Order: sequence, then structure tokens, then C-alpha cells
Amino acid sequence: MQRRHLLAGAAALAGGPARAALGQGTAGAARVLKFVPQADPGALDPIVTTAYATRHHGFAVWDTLYGFNQDYAAEPQMAEGHSVENDGRRVTIRLREGLKFHDGEPVRAADCVASIRRWAARDPLGQVLIARTEELSAPDDRTILFRLSRPFALLLDALAKPTPPVCFIMPERLAATPPTRPVTEIVGSGPFRFLADERVPGRRAVYERFADYVPRPEGVPTWTAGPKRVHLDRVEWHVMPDPGSAAAALQAGEVDWWENPIGDIQATLRRNRNIVLEILDPTGFVGIARFNHLHPPFDRPAIRRALLGAVDQEAFMTAVVGSDRSLWRDDVGIFAPGTPLANDEGMAVLTGARDVEKAKREIAEAGYGGEKAVLLAASDFPTLSALANTGAEMLRRAGIEVELVSADWASVVQRRARRDPPAAGGWSMFFTFWSGLDLANPGVHQALRGTGERAWFGWPTMPRMEELRAQWFDAPDLAAQQRVAREIQAEALREVPYLPLGQYFQATAYRRGISGMLKGPPLFWNLQRS
Amino acid sequence: MFAYVVRRVLATIPVMAVVALFVFSLLYIAPGDPAAVIAGDQATPEDVERIRQSLGLDRPYLVRFGAWVFDILRGDLGVSIFTNLPVVTMIKQRIEPTLSLMLVTLILAVSIAIPMGVVAAWKVGTWIDRSVMGFAVLGFSVPVFVVGYLLAYVFALELDWLPVQGYTSFSEGLWPWFENLILPAIALGSVYIALIARITRATMLEVLQQDYIRTARAKGAGQTSILFLHALKNAAVPIVTVIGIGIALLIGGAVVTESVFAIPGLGRLTVDAILRRDYPVIQGVVLLFSFVYVLVNLAIDLLYTLFDPRIRY
Repeated sequence: MQRRHLLAGAAALAGGPARAALGQGTAGAARVLKFVPQADPGALDPIVTTAYATRHHGFAVWDTLYGFNQDYAAEPQMAEGHSVENDGRRVTIRLREGLKFHDGEPVRAADCVASIRRWAARDPLGQVLIARTEELSAPDDRTILFRLSRPFALLLDALAKPTPPVCFIMPERLAATPPTRPVTEIVGSGPFRFLADERVPGRRAVYERFADYVPRPEGVPTWTAGPKRVHLDRVEWHVMPDPGSAAAALQAGEVDWWENPIGDIQATLRRNRNIVLEILDPTGFVGIARFNHLHPPFDRPAIRRALLGAVDQEAFMTAVVGSDRSLWRDDVGIFAPGTPLANDEGMAVLTGARDVEKAKREIAEAGYGGEKAVLLAASDFPTLSALANTGAEMLRRAGIEVELVSADWASVVQRRARRDPPAAGGWSMFFTFWSGLDLANPGVHQALRGTGERAWFGWPTMPRMEELRAQWFDAPDLAAQQRVAREIQAEALREVPYLPLGQYFQATAYRRGISGMLKGPPLFWNLQRS
Repeated sequence: MFAYVVRRVLATIPVMAVVALFVFSLLYIAPGDPAAVIAGDQATPEDVERIRQSLGLDRPYLVRFGAWVFDILRGDLGVSIFTNLPVVTMIKQRIEPTLSLMLVTLILAVSIAIPMGVVAAWKVGTWIDRSVMGFAVLGFSVPVFVVGYLLAYVFALELDWLPVQGYTSFSEGLWPWFENLILPAIALGSVYIALIARITRATMLEVLQQDYIRTARAKGAGQTSILFLHALKNAAVPIVTVIGIGIALLIGGAVVTESVFAIPGLGRLTVDAILRRDYPVIQGVVLLFSFVYVLVNLAIDLLYTLFDPRIRY
């Protein structure tokens, strides 16, 4: 019997009368929510780390100048509004009145300026914004001024983007911390206050409603936009690394919400009438196989292109989440399906009939000399392990000699940083998942960067791609952005910086009786318990 | 005796020094990069490098080792790379659940296993003996997490007698504390009970063949008195040795048990630290475990004198 079967069995057998008591805290209280996150946030500074768990923690504690709505567009959040002058070269953002940090200090424009600078040092879109900014200042306590060298239509989108790192607003004294060093206090102006004295790393994080938070008076809450009305007094994160324990705790009513139930257990949870499973993030997660462009065999574009015809996204997604097609898509190109820039340019190469023999012939014609491809597999993430095993099989069938190196994630991320040849401790391919929003546009899409040694791991050199990226930044509106996006996709399918392996949707599970769940990452405002 | 204790305590210093050198060196050469884990998947190589520099991970081995040893000598185990909290604070947060779990398991195991072993030896060859040995084989064979899940299913989910998971501090009351530890202690104790029961039975069988037991019987001593006063005391030295060695088993088993029952203890802290390569935490916890183990061994050596008057230090 495999451990995962036992877990599923344990979950399936659950269903006895609920004990409404958890070891700690005030279980069962109507205004307390117990949440099981995908992982402990570990580092609590959302600028230092891009871990999703830390981003989720960030949205509870900090607020953003602009929110991100269901149409993937920016909406004022802390901002009252803005004005654009001088042909788009002068953007003035006005803060709402009455905003306060959790330490009681008012939110000032100077705090926002310092926070934007710290965030921009870490964020690719922020770096473009700062590069085009001649002046970023706070003329008064409620005014933030951007004076740009040329118009930047994506300015508000950059400030609103919910992908990590998010442009969270911190007090100036904390935002002065270098972006590679974590802040020493978790003080925001968001709807929840972080209770540092109740924090047990690896086990628990606790938030309480921030009484002085002032939600926007108008609008409809969607994603991170709109009024953030809080109906809970307290949110407790209980970290449970063991999925069997989390499933049992949810079914027994000891916790209210489990962010990421694993695939094996979802079917069991669906059968429990007290539990709701829902997909909150329609952009899902997109799997990719990243090539090392520096060394054979994948330094040759023709070999990378040939493999596009061998990729069977259905096989990859089935290996990751099973055969239920409602949980995945297999027509995935360069931009996440469902997002505004997703398009069908050149997609026939991925959606047409799969022909491994043809790929094999093309690989041989491209001069493949039998070099061993070293594949890195993260053994501690079942989804990544599934991608790696399926990828290894695909490459073998395509006639490539494969060495599959299985190690934990910490080892994989260390080895993938090595530029040595595969035989000397380097690598040829690794696998990962990106949130769909991380692949929504060229500004955030790290795997599309073509700046050689400065690019994301794999280090492709794609000057044309960089030109197109620059054009996209200059595009004045969505229609123009979409035109450039088509060209980018065509170029990506010519250069093939990575192989898209499909998109899956992660369901979240919560007790019936909880309402107001918003789309997007786990957000704790708008939630109500009956 | 006192001189012996002092000598043994002093002997822990070189042992701990070797452990420290070994742990630090092993972590230094082991693959894995905490800076890359902190930075996250989306980070660029430049981001990772900047974080590595800010954490001082780019410094040479000797510089890092020297700084760490210097800190330890001042009683400072360092600061977690991930949480920015002092390792001592993190250990303090986690030590009570682990100590509680080990204590309850130890008491449970000893109070069940020794009578089991004694009775099995007394009734050797009968169904009682075979049942005890069958249980011992099961205890050794079934993984702790399987026992944990089965117990949680039956007693927590089906019968609703006990909580599925979690830990309540002793300061919140005896029953809430104990309630959360019953199932984990049984799960963790299953191997331990098997081990102690087997060694008790084997030692008791040997002792029960001795002349002095025959003499006691001839003098009309009762069965209970023979088993528990005459035989068990003479069988105690190997049993106590196994109980002491088994502490290492408990430390290892606590990692799994704490995961299955979501107990925020040192075992889980160690696993998390290893997965993230949080070097200061790993080093601190391993040093602590080593120190505890050295002390347990010392305590066992001293206990020998209680059971066997011939042993003198």
C-alpha cells in the first residue's frame, strides 16, 4: 500500500461526529476562521521572498495602492484616484483620507514612495517602471508623483499586480530596509493586524481584524480590488504539512479552510456534504520544462523546436492531477489561458497531432550527438516529480539519452543556478509550475526573458524577444498589447525557451457555512461564517 | 561517584565539539541553497546572489564555522535564516510539545512493556507468550504513521473521543494537555513497547533459570514477589540500557508522529529546517538532541548502580 493511498483512505473513512475543538485557540467561534495554508510562510517579508504563502500573508497585513479586479485590470484601493498629465509623462496619485498603519501612524505618501522603491528593486515590472521614472516623490502627505521619461501605460497595472512580489505599502521606516533583508516588524495598513507574539514558525500565524481599517466606500469586491470589509475578528493559520491530518481536521470541523487539498484526497472531500471544493484561481498553474540554453543538447534551437511536437500536455496534466478534464487544460501556449494576452498564434505545433517519431527524426537531423540530458526532479513536490517523470519518458521516446536526478527542492534550486555543463554538476532541464498570473504578460513572465546570463535560470539569449518585450511596454492600449503578444508567442515558439506542459486548477476546500470567498489567492476579507 | 559524574560531564565537551564540527561540515558540503529557497521560484540568479551575500552564505567555511563556534560559546545558537528569530527562541517555542510527547510515551511504554515482557517470560510457550511476541513483531513492523492514521480514524473521527491533531500546552490544564497526547504517544510508543517487551522477556527468561530464583521458590516466595522483586531487579540492567537507547528511537519517531498529529514540536522544526536548509536551526537542534542523548546515557550509567550493587564508579 502506498502512503498516498493510506492518506486517501484515512480521509475517506473520516466522517464521524465533529469535535469542534482544536488544540489551540478558540475553536468554533463564529468570528474566528481557522485556515490551513499550502505551507508555512517562513519568511514574512513579501518583498524578500516570492513564495506564494508569504504573498497570501501579505494581502492580510498590507494594502496596495491599486487593487486587481476580475477583469485583470487595476482599480484604486488605497488610492482615492489619479490624474495623468503631460501626455502621460506625469502621473499623480492621491491617497484616500484616514488610512492608518497598525502602529497607529497615518499612511503618508512618503511611506508609499519608499515602499514603491523597495518593491521595484525586486520586481521585473517595477524595474521597468523605475527605469522610466525621472522623479518619484511625495509633494505632500497625500500625493504621490511620478514624472516619467516617456509614457508608461502599465504604471497602475504594475502597482496593482497580485503576483509576487506585490507592491505592498509599508511604513517608510521599514521600507528603508534593503530589499534583500527582511523587515524587522510586520506592520501594514491592511485589514488584518499580524500578531507577532502568537507566531510559531512552522506551526501558526495569527491575524486579528484591524479596527481602524477603512474599506473603500464603493465598488464590488473582486480579487484584491473593491471594499475590503472584514467580518471576522481573528484568522488563525494552522500549518499542517501532512495532508492526511489536514483532511481529517477539515472533516472533523477542527479547521474551516484548507487551501490546497492534494489530488488524492479531493474526491473524498467532494463526497462530504459539509465541505465545499471550489477553484478560486481561474488562471491555475502552468507547468513548464525549462531548457538550459548554454549546453548540449538543448543549446540547439532546432532540438528544442522538435520537442514541441512531442509534448503531450494531456499526459503531463494527467500525471499531475488525474484524468478529470475539468481540473486541467492541454491547449496551453506562452500566456496563461483565460488571461487577456493568451492567443492562438502558432499553437498548431502544440495542439496538433502528437508525433514522437517525427520529433525523433528532427532531433537527429538537428545534429543530436547522443549527449546525456540531465533532468532535475524535485522529489518533495509530487506535482513537480510527476512532471519530471513524464518529461523523462517523453525525451527517451524522442531518442534523447536521459539522466533523471531526483533531489529535494532546496537541492534543485541550488543546482539549477549552476552554469557548468551537465556532466560537471550542471543540468539540462528542470520542471516547475508558475501561477497563471505569473505568465499573464511579458512584464511578469520571467521565463520569457532573453537576456542571456542575466535571464532566469536556463539563460536564453533572445534579442528579438527583448525587443518585442520593450514594444509591449510601449503599447498604448490592450489591443496594441495583444498584437505584440501574438508576435511574442510566435517568437517563443521559434526560440523555445521552455516547453509549456499544460495548466491545472487547484481546488480549495472549506466548510459549508463559509461564504464570501473571493477569487484569486486566499483573501480573508469579505468572508463570513454562519 | 561524584568524581565519576564530573568526569562524565566534562567528557561531554569534546563529544559536543565533535558533533558541532561534524554537523557544520556536513551541512556545508550538503547540496541545497537557503538563499534560493527564500528568494522563491520567480527570483532571478542576481536576486538569489544578493540574498546569499546578505545572509553571509558566500563567506569561506572557516570564517562561518569560527563565527558560529564563537556565538555558541557565548550561548547564542544564531538566528534562523527564514524567520529571523533566534534559534533559542524557536527551540523554546517547540520544546514543550516534544518533551511532553516523549515523556508520556516513555511512561506509557515502560508501564505497558515491562509487565508484558515479564508475563510473557513467566508464561513462556503459552498463547500469552505468543500473543506478546506477535504484538512485538507487529510493533516493529507497522510504520508509526500507519498506526497514527488508524488510531486517528478510530478514536478521533469514528468515536470522537479524542482530537485529530494539535497540541495544548500543559499550562492550559492537565486533561487538555493529556488528551492531545494520548494517540500520538500510543503511535510513537508502539515500536518502543515492542522493543522493551522483547528485551524484558529475553532477560527475564535467562534470570528465571538462575539458582537464586529456584531458592526463592523453595523458600516459598510468591510468584509476584519472585517475578517483580527477585527476577526483574536482576534483569533491570539490560532493560534500562534498552530504554535509554530507545530515546534515540523516540527522537526519530517524534518527527513522523509530530507530522501526522500536527504537533508543533522539535521533530517537525528539524524537518522543516532541513527542507529549507535553515542551517542555524538544524545545527542548534542537532546539538540539543546530541546533548540530551549524552545526558540520558549518563543517567543510565548511574541507574546501573541502583539495580546492581556490584557496579561502582
